[in-house]
Amino acid sequence: MTGDEPMTFTARVIKSGVAEGEALVSAEPIGFLGGVDGATGIVTERGHPLEGTCVAGRVLVFPTGKGSTVGSYVLYQLAAAGLAPAAIINAESEPIVAVGAIISDIPMVDHAPVDAIRTGDRVRVAGDCVTVWSRN
Amino acid sequence: MELTAEEREWLDGGGGPALKRAMEIVVALGTIYGAPHMIPVESVQISGVSYRNIGDAGLRFLRQWADEGAQVRVPTTLNPTAMDMVRWEAQGFSPDFADKQRQVVDAFARMGVGEGVPLPTCTPYLIGNRPSLGAHVAWAESSAVAFANSVLGARTNREGGPGAIAAALTGRTGAYGLHLTENRAATLRVEVRAKPEAISDYSALGAIVGRQAGQAVPFLAGLPLDARDPLGEEKLKALGAAMAATGAVGLFHVEGVTPEARATVMLAPEHDTIVISDLAPGYADLSDDIDAIDLVWIGCPHASLREVVLVAEALRGRTVRVPLWVTCARPVRAIAAEQGYVAVIEAAGGRVFVDACMGIAPVRDLGFSAVATPSAKGAYYLRNLAHVAARFATLHACVDMAVTGDRG
Repeated sequence: MTGDEPMTFTARVIKSGVAEGEALVSAEPIGFLGGVDGATGIVTERGHPLEGTCVAGRVLVFPTGKGSTVGSYVLYQLAAAGLAPAAIINAESEPIVAVGAIISDIPMVDHAPVDAIRTGDRVRVAGDCVTVWSRN
Repeated sequence: MELTAEEREWLDGGGGPALKRAMEIVVALGTIYGAPHMIPVESVQISGVSYRNIGDAGLRFLRQWADEGAQVRVPTTLNPTAMDMVRWEAQGFSPDFADKQRQVVDAFARMGVGEGVPLPTCTPYLIGNRPSLGAHVAWAESSAVAFANSVLGARTNREGGPGAIAAALTGRTGAYGLHLTENRAATLRVEVRAKPEAISDYSALGAIVGRQAGQAVPFLAGLPLDARDPLGEEKLKALGAAMAATGAVGLFHVEGVTPEARATVMLAPEHDTIVISDLAPGYADLSDDIDAIDLVWIGCPHASLREVVLVAEALRGRTVRVPLWVTCARPVRAIAAEQGYVAVIEAAGGRVFVDACMGIAPVRDLGFSAVATPSAKGAYYLRNLAHVAARFATLHACVDMAVTGDRG
């Protein structure tokens, strides 16, 4: 694939919206309560592939959520502080992150080929349409 | 997903922003779980009430929803708070914490929860929110979910906090999971060869089964329970609460006892079988090796009137050396007080608190480090959420520990 040709695919809408940003990809599930600092947006879970990285403004790409249901409120806290991810893309969504995205107005889709996205790619989510510009 | 014209209008914002968000949530959850359409629910139980757990972010969100004019459409009850809303000072809470906790409950009250006067409890079925066989409801609080599905034969999934609020605001939930008959057959046969007697024995049994059951629907055979057992409902409440704590059990059947298991064979043709012959590991696995305890907590799930009476009779004429707290729903305490049982407990130095749950309270901040309880669920959350040492024993052993101050 050339660096100029974007890749587009159709996903399933969890929270409808339009957003664009740089992809931050985790091969591991993310649990927001205890996994992401609600005051800074930095991933704090020990040993997590994104440990030490800030999710603010990124299109956060990960297989699925995990952990406590209170994690929905961590997303809300991030959004209130302007530190939320620009959008969320899952392989398979679960209720904690889905509810968090809805109450925080974060565009979110799932049933997306998350393996095809790499950290640093430019990603746009618009409704059920995901467009990826490779970072090369 | 197929939506009615009214549901579509709400989703498009025709009912205002609060209803739109609520509809987005129930539709998203239905989408994730493959619901073909929505179903009306008769009642809702909301969780996520403890300020210690939801924090300022949760409080801010609830206030936003209330400020937008959100109103529940169906009878809705509220899970426990961290503290007794009246006697919090006697429990050792700070005025700052109490103020925040009050704001949380106020937000729910403004949304019409509890008809504007919430009576926080994890046992709504003891204070009038008691759905009938086959009723569709949307309940959070895992122990109440297990009770509603199993003991009452109502139908609910294991809702989370905001999901339950969304169901209350829309009066809807997706048609999936335990709402569907085909998902209610048992997938795990549990042959009980042990002989549980005390209520806490059922809690210990539930803790063992829950660990092995995961998300399965257990069918328990061999329990010495029948309709004439005066503590039968307490035993089933303890059993379900424990299975829902150590596992993700939302529904169980007891052979010949629970309503769906009385009516028909509730065991799927293909199922696993486990045998439980000893309850001792259920107690041991939830008991830390400690020399002394500094609190006895009875009432997880919230104590029924019969359980308050059991505590009073065990304490009558004795005096506790370490604090003994009973937690129950406000109306249950009122009846127990009327009948003189609260006075018996207080004469012995014990306390009966309402609204509160120690599993979601800042127990360490209250000055406790080792807590005895006759509840496997209680011990599980004391350890894993409150981060204190726990000792899980029978109710009578717990009362004795409070009197002697020994670990039992």
